[in-house]
Amino acid sequence: MSHAHFLDPYQDRPSPVHRLDARIKLLLVTAFILTASLSPLGAWPVYILLLALALSAELLSNLGIRFYFKRAVLALPFVLAALPVLFTTPGGAQLSLPLGLAVTLSGLERFLSIALKSWISVQAAILLASTTTFPDILMALRALRLPRLMVAVIGLMWRYLFVIVDEVLRMLRARQARSGETGQGGHKPGGTVFWRAKVAGGMAGSLFLRSLERSDRIYNAMLARGYDGEVRSLPHPALQPADWLLLGGILIVLIFILAVGQIAWG
Amino acid sequence: MLASVQPMHIPDGFLSTAVAVALWVISAVVIAVAFRRVGKELGEREVPVMGVLAAAIFAGQMLNFTVAGGTSGHLMGAALATILLGPWASVIILTCVVGVQALIFQDGGLLALGANIFNMGIVGTTVSFAAFSLVRKLSGGQKWGLYAGGFLAGWLSIFIAALAVALQLALSGTSPANIAIPAMAGVHALIGIGEGLITLGAVSLVMAARPDLLKAGETRNKGNALVWAAGGLLTLLLAVLSPLASIHPDGLEWVAGKAGFLQTAREPLIKIIPGYLFPGVSNTALATILAGVLGALIVLAAAFAIARARRRKTS
Repeated sequence: MSHAHFLDPYQDRPSPVHRLDARIKLLLVTAFILTASLSPLGAWPVYILLLALALSAELLSNLGIRFYFKRAVLALPFVLAALPVLFTTPGGAQLSLPLGLAVTLSGLERFLSIALKSWISVQAAILLASTTTFPDILMALRALRLPRLMVAVIGLMWRYLFVIVDEVLRMLRARQARSGETGQGGHKPGGTVFWRAKVAGGMAGSLFLRSLERSDRIYNAMLARGYDGEVRSLPHPALQPADWLLLGGILIVLIFILAVGQIAWG
Repeated sequence: MLASVQPMHIPDGFLSTAVAVALWVISAVVIAVAFRRVGKELGEREVPVMGVLAAAIFAGQMLNFTVAGGTSGHLMGAALATILLGPWASVIILTCVVGVQALIFQDGGLLALGANIFNMGIVGTTVSFAAFSLVRKLSGGQKWGLYAGGFLAGWLSIFIAALAVALQLALSGTSPANIAIPAMAGVHALIGIGEGLITLGAVSLVMAARPDLLKAGETRNKGNALVWAAGGLLTLLLAVLSPLASIHPDGLEWVAGKAGFLQTAREPLIKIIPGYLFPGVSNTALATILAGVLGALIVLAAAFAIARARRRKTS
């Protein structure tokens, strides 16, 4: 079993999107998602504009549109939760289905709007995660005034996540070797359901204890290197005029899109 | 592989902006209080302990067990973190886990992150804390209380959080209450059993290996009456409110489409609940209840923050 580093969604490529300052990227992605959220239902041209914006950034990032589409599909099983609005929203022409259900036009409009908005938003989030290294995202969070302590905790969590995921993978492998757990490949899982749950619980408990002990060792190592409770970081590099220009430009475009949506469909 | 299995992380696009922003505000206040509490308790150990345990809960969500026919039970970890580390540390840990899931793995949206932190971090933690301490108290320090409390905390944390998710979706006009609430409740009543059993197993292992940790947790939890009250209140409210909302679907005819949706978006944040009525709710009684719940929560959170700040000043 390999190490868990494949989990990191960052994809290293030479591209202007990768080179863009993480603070600008985080701000723009947030503004983009907020714009999508504030757009009225059924404002299809607005969605197309937003999608075009996302697609052009995706093209610039040299990762290929397919990469984004694949990941975006994985993130969308939640659409099921919105499915009932197809039938329950009153109004509009009806398309009768068996079982006494009927799809209304406004229901269809609402469902498609929710699904599209969600799909467009998740693409922006994928863009951020796959073109920005985690330390850069941390820097951006700190620059956006997230408490230092919180950023430090998240940073440490990320650093040890892969170590601990490896540990979990080893535990899972050990269990598989001993009890035929998971029932994969036609094997019957061992024991009763309660026994299996107890084994999983024991693994969770021992993972907790091991991690607590690990945090002790890490704390001692930090002390040995002069840690005094204060989290220090390098000063943020200054933003270039071009960065500000891009930020302002795209924000204006987003505000324009929002205004168009509100005036025409609001 | 690290994708979560519980259908509980709300993606962007599913919550109305008003609901998403309101829950962001509540979550931010609670997180700020949690950082103060934990910082006081752990001091400079806070960063390594919280960081590593957040990684452990994150990775622990990969732990599963086969139930039957390809389905499996998983761990979310809110109850486990609450029982072993106390409610405040649990809020921080779950916030970090849910935050990184959204930011890096697109598990849940960024605008919806406030809601996801609220559901899994705050609701999950306070509810499991209330359930665990209640059973512990009822058992009078007997061992069975530890196990029953662990199971109940795990099950309830999932179940009540799912009710919160369904209610938020209904409030946003994304999913009708009379379908979303029974569906979410039914599915998560089952999923919660897995969570409860894993939590029970983990607590019994820690009890056997390091009973001192659980003892330390008990003395620490003495001064958390407010969390206890908040957890009990949330449990009751959500458990009472949800069936009410699903029995009277007419009351939740959220005309999120045009008017309500946009008006709330245009208005400043303070006016989200104009005249104690929720925008877009036609049923006044229900709207008042909802506005009351949200208002009570905001007041509770604010009172909390002020009380903390005062105590810090005087001490």
